[in-house]
Amino acid sequence: MANQSYVRTEMLGEKPPPSSQVGIFKWVMENLFSSIPNIIMSVLSIWAVYYVLSGFMPWFFQSSWDATSLSGCREHIAQKYGEGVEGACWAVIRERWPQLVFGFYPRELYWRPVAALILLFVAISPILFTSVPRKILLFSMVYPFLGFFLLWGGSIWLPLSAMAGFVIGYFALGMLPKMIGSLGATIAAGVLPIIYWLLISGPVISGLNSIAPIGIESIDSDQMGGFMLSITIGVTGIALSLPIGVLLALGRQSPLLIVKTICVTFIEFIRGVPLITLLFVASVLLNYFLPPGTNFDLVLRVMIMVTFFAAAYMAEVIRGGLAALPKGQYEAADALGLDYWKATRLIIMPQALKISIPNIVSNFIGLFKDTTLVSIVGLLDPMGLSRAILADQNWNGIVWELYAFIAILFWVFTFGMSRYSMYLERKLKTSH
Amino acid sequence: MSVADHTAEKKAFRLSMLIYDTRYRSITIQVIALIALIFVAAWLVSNTLSNLEALDKELGFGFLSEPASYDINQKLIEYDSRSSHGRAALVGILNTLLVAVMGCVLATVIGVTAGVARLSHNWIIARLMTVYIEMFRNIPVLLWIVLIMAVVIETLPVPRSFKGEDAVSSMLFGDAVAITNRGIYFPKPLFNDGSMIVVATFILSIVGIFVFGRWAKKRQAATGEILPTGWIKTGIFFVPAILMFFIMGMPIGLEYPVFKGFNFKGGYQMRNSLIALWLALSFYTGAFIAEAVRAGIQAVSKGQSEAAAALGLRPKRVMNLVILPQALRVIIPPLISQYLNLTKNSSLAIVVGYMDITATLGGITLNQTGREMESLLLLMGMYLSISISVSIVMNWYNESIKMRER
Repeated sequence: MANQSYVRTEMLGEKPPPSSQVGIFKWVMENLFSSIPNIIMSVLSIWAVYYVLSGFMPWFFQSSWDATSLSGCREHIAQKYGEGVEGACWAVIRERWPQLVFGFYPRELYWRPVAALILLFVAISPILFTSVPRKILLFSMVYPFLGFFLLWGGSIWLPLSAMAGFVIGYFALGMLPKMIGSLGATIAAGVLPIIYWLLISGPVISGLNSIAPIGIESIDSDQMGGFMLSITIGVTGIALSLPIGVLLALGRQSPLLIVKTICVTFIEFIRGVPLITLLFVASVLLNYFLPPGTNFDLVLRVMIMVTFFAAAYMAEVIRGGLAALPKGQYEAADALGLDYWKATRLIIMPQALKISIPNIVSNFIGLFKDTTLVSIVGLLDPMGLSRAILADQNWNGIVWELYAFIAILFWVFTFGMSRYSMYLERKLKTSH
Repeated sequence: MSVADHTAEKKAFRLSMLIYDTRYRSITIQVIALIALIFVAAWLVSNTLSNLEALDKELGFGFLSEPASYDINQKLIEYDSRSSHGRAALVGILNTLLVAVMGCVLATVIGVTAGVARLSHNWIIARLMTVYIEMFRNIPVLLWIVLIMAVVIETLPVPRSFKGEDAVSSMLFGDAVAITNRGIYFPKPLFNDGSMIVVATFILSIVGIFVFGRWAKKRQAATGEILPTGWIKTGIFFVPAILMFFIMGMPIGLEYPVFKGFNFKGGYQMRNSLIALWLALSFYTGAFIAEAVRAGIQAVSKGQSEAAAALGLRPKRVMNLVILPQALRVIIPPLISQYLNLTKNSSLAIVVGYMDITATLGGITLNQTGREMESLLLLMGMYLSISISVSIVMNWYNESIKMRER
């Protein structure tokens, strides 16, 4: 009997998987057409995307960048793409670009807000990224005064003198403890600058002005507008609302009944009313509460209100972080013998803030978006300007282009912020 | 010696103990805070009084009963220009509540759909929802409101195009509803004699649905039998009211909007400003709700649904009895705060000319009477009372669904 068994002596080469199991075909089958409802939804979605894009893309690209009025735009588009083509008139953005960015800031002084913006990035870089040298933090502390000086101009002695108040407070905190004890020094650090600002700085500024009138051209707040105004209000609100919010949150958690009541009332009141009513207060009511004759400008009043508004929301976010912290952390800090402020500064806050980063950033985003509301009380932020531009005879009839442009710019800012918050969350994550 | 010192120290009270002794320090701080608060409040009040005196104004709410002499085009209750400022404020409050309630309902529908769809296995649906959410969340709501207002005005047909035999546009649902760029016109119910009985029957049958639901649950707990409650409830909802409607001889009729002259007459009109505000607020808030819903669904661990399946529950019951109750616990608090945000954002109605409370009391009334202080106090008080009542309800709800831990 012949040996009929057959033994393969060499391995077969690997075969590719069946075509239905690889590559784009498999992906499409799994992700788009896995079942009948899925097929229907996919087809509908693809059709919807096509419908929107087919209407939008020609409008977007068959556009005119080069005209001085809407009718000019239409002629230009008809010439270039044929009669009856509806195209975007981006020329309005091109013509009004300086206004949308700077408002009515004097044209020859545009370098000042630009410099302020660039320096702003320098100032916040050590806060945003740990790889930046720590020494720049000193510049960050000076920046608020520098930024104010660049934007509003005027005498250099005003911001310098305001800064001197903080320096006085700093030295009181550093030097006095040896003489009058730490608590006395803390109180002195709070009181001395206020006395200085209220009583001494005024005469000092006018004296210095008469001796050495150094300064740059002063700009009124009503000349500011556009994205510059949005960013100024937004950045001020963001920078001030975080520390105030931290204090409010701590006050709300405090066992001291009166402090707690004040904080809770403030937070709940601000959170209970819409921002627009607070802006109305800023525009028509705030002057009633101040000594007769005081009249400081609307932009500043609005900034104060926006800051209060954001601080109340920030306090709630941070309270959430504080509540999420395990109780053992508080007890461990106590066990180490740390006093309240040391425990808060070294143990509690770093962790509570880390927990609340996503919410803090979404608060910042909300604040930046809410700056558009200032257009309702008559400030010329991009929304306010768009109304003015639409009323212009040359551009009467323009609708989408301006809104689209403003929307895109806001989107870029806020989306960037949310991506940064994700990066920060990843970086600070200590768990596995 | 040292013992004597110690007791002596305990007895003697020195002024510095107010600051350095932790027993007294908190009292000191509170007293200082209180004094500072009283001082600041007194300063503000005295400033206000002297400012008011300088302007020759007196505080008082008498202006609310003076005639308002302005018109409000979208109103839920009777109002004309001879009505009082107080009535105008009431119309405004109702308009705020109207858009807030409509917005909350639509935003929930949009938000839940988008939140669930974002987790879909269908790639293109999930991507589309991401685009929607990121687009609406990152652009100011004010911009959305004016943008959607522009869409309504520019893309919907003008009322004129409904005119004549060869009209360009036509009404929907057999000449019942007209969608124009001035607003949506729809029929108005006319309540004739006997209609109250039909309405009462309808309300009673809704009560009946709740009673039946409780009874069915009790029965299920006692006997284990499950009734087809869905069908029975639907029956109770429709049948008695419709029967009564025909028995009473069809007392409820409809008044259709008809094109006359230059515009539609009759029926109800939902103005374009209301539509734009409603849609913008709903889509904007819907994007936030979608994120809350997604977070809630993802917060329920997979083990829960697997355990439920292992117990032999069907997918629908797994969803209803295991996943949803747990997800809702995470979803509801942010959902409520989004509702509050929507209500507060409805104050932006002023940019499209919808007459809500901010536009009537805080807008025209304020400008006409010059009563800034009183108007704004009332306005803020009104929003505050809405927020506070909602948060009371929310706290009560949170308490009731809180996880009972031992």
